[in-house]
Amino acid sequence: MIETLAERVNADEMLVRRGRFLTTTFLLEVGPTAWLIAIFEGRIVSVTAGPFVMPSSSFALRASAEEWAKFWSPRPPPGSNDLMALIKRRALKAEGNLQIFMANLRYFKEALAKLRGAGAAA
Amino acid sequence: MTAAFEPIVGRYLHLDLFGRPHRIYLEQAGEGTALLCLHTAGADGRQYRALMNDERITRNHRVIAFDMPWHGKSSPPRGWHNEEYQLTSAQYTSMILDIMTALELDRPILIGCSIGGRIALHLALEHPERFRGIIGLQAGAHVDPYYDLNFLHRPDVHGGEIAAAIVSGLVGPDAPDQERWETLWHYMQGGPGVFKGDLYFYKLDGDIRGRVAQIDTRRCPLFLLSGEYDYSCTPEETLAVAGSIPGSEVTIMKGLGHFPMSENPQEFLKYLLPVLEKIRG
Repeated sequence: MIETLAERVNADEMLVRRGRFLTTTFLLEVGPTAWLIAIFEGRIVSVTAGPFVMPSSSFALRASAEEWAKFWSPRPPPGSNDLMALIKRRALKAEGNLQIFMANLRYFKEALAKLRGAGAAA
Repeated sequence: MTAAFEPIVGRYLHLDLFGRPHRIYLEQAGEGTALLCLHTAGADGRQYRALMNDERITRNHRVIAFDMPWHGKSSPPRGWHNEEYQLTSAQYTSMILDIMTALELDRPILIGCSIGGRIALHLALEHPERFRGIIGLQAGAHVDPYYDLNFLHRPDVHGGEIAAAIVSGLVGPDAPDQERWETLWHYMQGGPGVFKGDLYFYKLDGDIRGRVAQIDTRRCPLFLLSGEYDYSCTPEETLAVAGSIPGSEVTIMKGLGHFPMSENPQEFLKYLLPVLEKIRG
């Protein structure tokens, strides 16, 4: 399911446009599974599954598979409907250079929400 | 082409607050018992536009919403450009009471959301005799910071974009798109550091956990309405406050978030109208 992130994000012209000043690679951890997601000027250029020996990223988002499954459900319950809701409950850890994450917060929220209702949990 | 005015009238009020001259913008609509409305942190009085446009409210109430200093169309005080804005409990309290005095409001109903809901608890405790009834929306006794507030005011993060992006998930899932994005637009329009300065009250100075149980609802009725999807002031936090205040009435609003009057007014009014009815007696 995570593999579909690139096509889902890149199909949204306005989302890509809002990310036009964003070029970075971030690490997404869904329980024990890690993914490196590379973005070039708002377009997702690669989604690579781990495990990695030395993953290099600007920041990482880490939550359990159960938490992501709730976040990606078609109508997430209260407390699971937004990245900041997960962070408030300490269910999502955001670590690294968070200036990139926060300066593009709407982009990251909307990009990750593209996996909502995508079917099977990660 | 059709064109139509809303019944809302806006004016500027000059008065001294905290010993300094201020120019405060306020909007009013309707006639009857005054209903004084307090907006959330980093936003302005436009959040109450739907109440002022709803005849079920305005036929019995004079609805008044002011923009706090630094917010909306109210100016910051002279000298602001060399100051850091930080809202305190003492300033917030005196601002509300001084504006009530200036407008000659006799025991209005107070409705406040988020920081407005928090100060509503302070006022219920310290000045109950000044109000006919107090309605706290998204009112909790305290919220711990859950992100680094410095991101709200630094040159390498756009202040308007981050303010709206921080709060976007606080809007409930059923909010109509137009109202959701109107609500977020207000956040995008906030001045540099203003949202952060409000959160100084919300997350540090305005902590009322130790005193909230002393609120005496026999002196002024207290109603608490909180949205189910608010993770800033959660339903559990509101229920805890209500549980500690005998005589308070609490309702959790299904599907709503942190900005009920602005994000989904038609749903919110289903909860508000019976409360106003109760206060009318």
